[in-house]
Amino acid sequence: MTPFTTLTGIAAPYPRANIDTDLIIPARFLKTIKRTGLGKFLFDPVRYRPDGSEEPDFVLNREPYRRAEMIIAHENFGCGSSREHAPWALADFGIRCVIAPSFADIFFNNSMKNGILPIRLPREICDALMGDAAMGGNARISVDLARQVVIRPNGEEIHFEVDPLRKRLLLEGLDDIGQTLQHEASIGTYETKQKAAQAWLPSISI
Amino acid sequence: MSEGKPRTLFDKIWDSHVVETLPDGTCVLYIDRHLVHEVTSPQAFEGLRLAGRPVRRPDATLAVVDHNIPTTDRRAGIAEDESRIQCETLEQNVAAFGVPYIPVLDDRQGIVHIVGPELGFSLPGMTIVCGDSHTSTHGALGALAFGIGTSEVEHVLATQTLLQKPAKNMLIRVDGQVGPGVTAKDIALAIIGKIGTAGGTGSVMEYAGEAITALDMAGRLTLCNMSIEAGARAGLIAPDEKTYAYIEGRHFAPKGADFDAAVAYWRTLPTDSGAHYDITVELDAASIAPMVTWGTNPEAVLPVTGIVPNPADLADPSARVSMQRMLDYMDLKPGQKLTDIPIDVVFIGSCTNARIEDIRAAADVAKGRKVASGVQALVVPGSGLVKKQAEAEGLDQILLDAGFEWREPGCSMCLAMNPDRLKPGQRSASTSNRNFEGRQGPGGRTHLVSPAMAAAAAVTGYFTDVRELA
Ligand code: SF4
Repeated sequence: MTPFTTLTGIAAPYPRANIDTDLIIPARFLKTIKRTGLGKFLFDPVRYRPDGSEEPDFVLNREPYRRAEMIIAHENFGCGSSREHAPWALADFGIRCVIAPSFADIFFNNSMKNGILPIRLPREICDALMGDAAMGGNARISVDLARQVVIRPNGEEIHFEVDPLRKRLLLEGLDDIGQTLQHEASIGTYETKQKAAQAWLPSISI
Repeated sequence: MSEGKPRTLFDKIWDSHVVETLPDGTCVLYIDRHLVHEVTSPQAFEGLRLAGRPVRRPDATLAVVDHNIPTTDRRAGIAEDESRIQCETLEQNVAAFGVPYIPVLDDRQGIVHIVGPELGFSLPGMTIVCGDSHTSTHGALGALAFGIGTSEVEHVLATQTLLQKPAKNMLIRVDGQVGPGVTAKDIALAIIGKIGTAGGTGSVMEYAGEAITALDMAGRLTLCNMSIEAGARAGLIAPDEKTYAYIEGRHFAPKGADFDAAVAYWRTLPTDSGAHYDITVELDAASIAPMVTWGTNPEAVLPVTGIVPNPADLADPSARVSMQRMLDYMDLKPGQKLTDIPIDVVFIGSCTNARIEDIRAAADVAKGRKVASGVQALVVPGSGLVKKQAEAEGLDQILLDAGFEWREPGCSMCLAMNPDRLKPGQRSASTSNRNFEGRQGPGGRTHLVSPAMAAAAAVTGYFTDVRELA
């Protein structure tokens, strides 16, 4: 996983609540067996017209937001399905951070496993950041994960919360499996105990 | 959590699956059952291959294809390349990693969340995961079941655990009895209408109360299925005699003395009296009517007797904008009666409502009637076993006589990854779980309803109060 330490870049304001996973990437693009190459389908329903041409009003089709590395949105970002194709599409487009008042649980987890930092901040602050973002290329927003702050273009620093384990894994770019396998012995012990206590537990074969 | 304190069903399942608690409170949580399908697993198997890791517990894993497959005759294979490659990739992966797999032409094939409970793969007290948000379905058996992303699929394949923090306990109590024509689907939609699509975020919802206990297992599965639409991590219903009767004799379920031992354990699972819930929501079952969604998320829902709401009535400007966007997308006007909305397509299927009980409910309404002219009505059973059972009961014939199409099992028009999809501008009455923009095909307009309401819409061509279709 690509580590996430600091990020300074263009943020795209997308003032919409309940941005669901079918909007982020519709099901018809989930037929891939790869993680990469999904950026061109990101937000397909609103980014392209039915004839395939770009929808000029959509924020990611406008300069400088074509180069956005952050998205600022409203409540319940990423609701809907468990498809990790949503963060894969965001990452492939170049988005490394999403700031919103709230996120759907599975999307929140999936993002962090792909080097994307989801930041929860109150609605008023998101609206203020959206105001900053609307100033386009002149307004860089920064995120410093180690210090847990978002830095507005005027220098104001806004603290955000992050789970300590997730923070460490993101900073170091580590994946969870390596982390968990350090506890392999305990997993084995658990399995032995479970087998003894629940001898009725069926094992599956077809 | 100390053992002496009264605990909820969720607490008990959680506690008994913690392998280790890390210093920051994150738990290594043991996973008893893992369901795998073709869409969210290829990258996970690829990850294992790259790292040279085996599947730790093939004997706790079950794979099936469901999302991509056509619902017409499948003996000829899958015509569309990408869908076929995804299904073939699953077949190669299960063979390479020794994972039990139900092939597409097997009678037991079906939608992953129909198959798990139906085969006795999902049992009370278990932790169950799948790379699919509607894994919450299996909570109807009294299991902690939740959807995960592909990285987590790989994590479970490799370690049989997940790194998780406990969720909040949320109680949804539905007291009293529902009226005639009101189903589990309507209860689910009424709950989401009340608490919103983010109402359950960070929580595991336990459903309780007279109206919940009264539901049959199919209804409980429908209700838990929709938990994710309320934003919850999972939905749960305490196991009871109905649960045990449902499980007994199923393919993978424990048999004989093992079954008795299992039941003895399952009886210890229900929430202790006095256990603490972080959030409690109460609903009166008698006030719930057959529901129809009018917008592009499941909280945009009203009783079928309602009228399309007016954005001008909303105080919050951003809520007004969002309602207007929904009405524009759905091509609806404020004040329009829901029963005046004509439909083009009816879809009876999905992991929400494609069990035998759902097909019976649809056939009940369809019997002796005809699908309205100009309406296409699809019935897609949730599994091969459901299909066989329905055919044994003659339900397929009733539906065919009424002008419905009778298809092979799979996800189908629930998410339109296979050829079953709405055309732009078409409007459906669908028994599935999501009405997001484009969910059933680009430009398609989805209204969520129960199977009986879907069948009623099919025969009249409009949303129709099933209680009035005497
Ligand atoms: S039926 Fe629909 S919701 Fe259920 S698993 Fe299939 S696609 Fe997902």
